Amino acid sequence: MSDVSPMTNKLNLPVVLSRSEILGPLAALLVVYLVFCWLSPSSFAGAANLELILRQSTIVGLVSLGMTIVIIAGGIDLSIGSVVALSTVVIASLLNAGFGPVLAATGGIAVGALSGLANGFMIARFKVVPFIATLVSLLVLRGIAKGLAHEQKVDAPLTWLNELLARLDSAAAWQLVPAGVWLFLVMAVVVTVLLRYSRLGLHVFAVGSNVKTALLCGVNVERVELWVYSLCGAFAGLAGLMQFSRLTVGDPTVASGLELDAIAAVVIGGASLKGGRGSVAGTIIGALLMAVLRAGCTQIGLANWIQEIVTGLIILAAMGVDRLRYRQA
Amino acid sequence: MEEQTANENPFASTVLDVRNVSLLYGNVPALSGVGFSLCAGELRAVIGENGAGKSSLMNVLAGLVKPSSGEMKLQGLPYSPADPGQARRQGISMIHQELSVAPHLTVSENIMLGIEPVSGLWLKRAAMRERARNALAALGSDIDVDAPCSTLSLSQMQILEIARATVGGSKVLILDEPTSSLTKEDTDRLFALLGRLKREGYAILYISHFLEEVQQIADSYTVLRDGRVVGSGSMAEVALKDLVSMMLGRDLGELYPSHRHLIGPAVLEVASLSCGKRLRSASFALHKGEVLGIFGLVGSGRTELLRSIFGLEAASGRITIKGRHAGSTVQALWRGGTGMVSEDRKEEGLSINMSIADNLALVETPALVNPGKLEEQARVWIKALSVACGGAQQPVGQLSGGNQQKVAIARLLAHKVDIFLLDEPTRGVDIGSKRQIYDLIHEAAGAGAAVLIVSSYLPELLGLCDRLAVMNRGVLLPFRPVSEVSEFSVMSEATAPVPGLEGQSETTTETKL
Repeated sequence: MSDVSPMTNKLNLPVVLSRSEILGPLAALLVVYLVFCWLSPSSFAGAANLELILRQSTIVGLVSLGMTIVIIAGGIDLSIGSVVALSTVVIASLLNAGFGPVLAATGGIAVGALSGLANGFMIARFKVVPFIATLVSLLVLRGIAKGLAHEQKVDAPLTWLNELLARLDSAAAWQLVPAGVWLFLVMAVVVTVLLRYSRLGLHVFAVGSNVKTALLCGVNVERVELWVYSLCGAFAGLAGLMQFSRLTVGDPTVASGLELDAIAAVVIGGASLKGGRGSVAGTIIGALLMAVLRAGCTQIGLANWIQEIVTGLIILAAMGVDRLRYRQA
Repeated sequence: MEEQTANENPFASTVLDVRNVSLLYGNVPALSGVGFSLCAGELRAVIGENGAGKSSLMNVLAGLVKPSSGEMKLQGLPYSPADPGQARRQGISMIHQELSVAPHLTVSENIMLGIEPVSGLWLKRAAMRERARNALAALGSDIDVDAPCSTLSLSQMQILEIARATVGGSKVLILDEPTSSLTKEDTDRLFALLGRLKREGYAILYISHFLEEVQQIADSYTVLRDGRVVGSGSMAEVALKDLVSMMLGRDLGELYPSHRHLIGPAVLEVASLSCGKRLRSASFALHKGEVLGIFGLVGSGRTELLRSIFGLEAASGRITIKGRHAGSTVQALWRGGTGMVSEDRKEEGLSINMSIADNLALVETPALVNPGKLEEQARVWIKALSVACGGAQQPVGQLSGGNQQKVAIARLLAHKVDIFLLDEPTRGVDIGSKRQIYDLIHEAAGAGAAVLIVSSYLPELLGLCDRLAVMNRGVLLPFRPVSEVSEFSVMSEATAPVPGLEGQSETTTETKL
C-alpha cells in the first residue's frame, strides 16, 4: 500500500482527476478536437463553432445528467426520449391553453418527473427490472404524447421560451452562450454537488456498487430508486423544454433514440453499466465528444453514416481503455 | 474387483496420484505438500475444519486453480488441467456443494451440456435423451429426462450432477459436502448410490464435516489442517475421537483475551425463530456484557439465524430487542444500536469499490455529506484499529482481508452499537488481525455490549465466549457455559444426526393434517 500517496484534506487536482476517472475521455476529446482543427483549420476552432457545439450538446447533455445518476445506481432508463417528446407536447398544449411560459415550462418538467416516478415505482416497489420497466414507459409515454397531440405537431405561440437555445444576437453577446446552455452548466454543477455532498448521492453510489451492502447498512434502497428515476425524468422534462425551445412546436415524434445517445455519453465518460461508477464531468466530456464528432464530420463533409461508425468505435475504445485500467487495479 | 487388480500391474488400479502439491495465494500457503492416492473403487474422505485447505485441494483437482508446485498423475499420465472443462474431459468431475444445474433447461439437456451429440449443426435430441436416460438408469434413477430442472428436488439434482459426470466418462468423482442439505432418507439413498459407483470402479473423493457419515461409507481418510496432511489411513483402523483431535489439534495459546464479563439483563431474546428450510428452530437470550457463540458447519442455518434477527430474511418467530418486540427494519435496528457484520465481506459486508470513509458512512448517513468530515472520522477508526491502508479514500477492495474486516467492524463501533451480531468475524483474516478483532470484541463486551458470534472455527469460540451453542441442520441446540463444553463435545454435537429432527418434522406434518 506504500505506493498510495497520503491523502490530504485539500482538493488536489491531479488526485481528483485520476479519481474521477475522466482523464481518458478528456484526452480522447482533446485528440478528436485537435484532429478536426487540423482538418478544417479555417472555422473549426472559432468561437462561433464552439458555441454551436455547446448549443447542440445541451439537450443530450441534460438527459445524460439524469442518465448518469441512474447508471451510477446500477439502473438504466430507456424512456427518456419519449419523456422529452411528451414534455414538448405538454408545454405547447399549455401555452395554447393560455398558460404563461413559466407555468408551461414547469408543467413540462413536472410531467417528466412524474414519468420518472412511475418508472421508480415499477422498479422499486414491484421489482420490475429497470430495462423492462423503462421499455414499457418508452412505449406508453410515446403513445400518450402522440395521443395528446392528435398525432401531429402542436403549434404554439412564440414566447421567450423559444430563445433559450437560439443563437445570441450581437446585443446579447455578453452572455457568451444562450440561457439554455447556462442552465445546463448550472444543472451539471448541481448534480455534481448532489452526488458528492448529499446523503442521496452517497446512497446512489452505494446501491449501484453493492445493493446487498446497502441493505445491510439500512439504506432505504426503495426510496433511493424512486429519487433516482424521478430525477432522471425531471431532467428529461427539462431537456424537453430545450427541445421545444428549438423546435417552437410540440413534436410527439421527436428525440426518438435520444436515450442511446445519453447512455453512450455516460459510458464514454467512464461509468460502468454495472453501477457504482460514473461522474458528471465524464458524462459531459462524453456528450461533447459526440457533438464535436458530429460537427466536425459535417464541416469536413463526411457523410452521416461515417459519423455513426466512428461514434460506435469510440464507445468500443472507451470500453477497452476502461478494461485495461481496471485490470491494472 | 480383487481379481482384476491381481492379474494386472498393481499400479493400474491407482487412478489418481497426488504428490507434494502446494498452493500459494500471494504469500499465504493454502496447501503445503499435500499428497494422497486414490484407487479404482475407493472412496476417500477428505476432512478438516473450515479453512483447512479442503476447498483449495478440490479446486486444484477440478482445474479451477493451478497448484504452485507438485505433481499430479491421472491413470499414470501427468495431469494438469487448464480449466474445469478440461478436467472433466480428462476424467475428473466435481459435484459442488451448490449444485450447478441450469434451471431452465431440461434434465437431458443439463446432463449432456457441453457434450451434446450433433450431426452437422443440428442437435440429435433423440440420442441426447437416450444417453441421459441410460446414464440415470445406471444410477438407479427414473427422473423424467424431459422435466425442466427447476422442478427437481435437491437430491434429484445431485443425481443429475453425478449422471453428468459418469456420462462424460469421468473416472474420479469429487463430492463436496453432499449431505449438508439432504434429509436422512436422501442421505441413505445417496450412500447406496455411492456404494454402487464404487463397485463399478469409480474412484470417489468425499469431502465432509459429518464424521459419523464419513465413517459409515469411506474406505480411507485424509485429514487436512492448515493446508497440510496431518493424518491419513484406512477408515476401519481409526477411532472417531482420533479424527476429531487430528482436525483440531492446536492450542489456544495467548490468542484469546481472558474473559471475565459482567453479565447484565437480557437485551436480545429470540423465541422459536424459523426461516425457510435452512433454519428450523432457534430460541435463546443474549445478555448485556455477554459474548455468546454459535458453532455451526456450513449449511447448518447459522447465517440464516443472524440474517433473520437482523431483518434481512423474512422469518417467523419472536424477536425481542431491549424489551421491545422487534419486527423492524434494518434501519430501525441500526438506530436502536444493533449492528451486524456479514460473513460475506466482498459480496455483502462491504461495498468493495467504495472508499473506507464512504463504507463507514453508509449507516445513518447525514442528509448533507461533508466529505472532509467523513474522512476525518474514518481516519480516527483507521488509527484506532490500525487498519493498514493508503488513506481513508482508498477503495476497500484494495485492502487485505484482515484490514477489510477491521473496516467492517469499525462500522459497528463508529455507530456506537451495543448489540453486535458477528457472522464469521475472522474468516480469511490473518492471525495478527484475528488477535486484534478478539481484543475488540472483548473490550466491547467489557464496556457493556452484547455480542453474538457465529463461527465455524471452534477454537475462537471456546477462547472468546461466555456461553456456546451448536447449530446442526437448522436447529439451535441449548447454550452451555464454555467451561462445561469441550472441543470434542461440540464437534460431536455438530456432526451428529440431530436427535428428534425426523420425529419433529413428522409431528408437524401430523398437526397440519
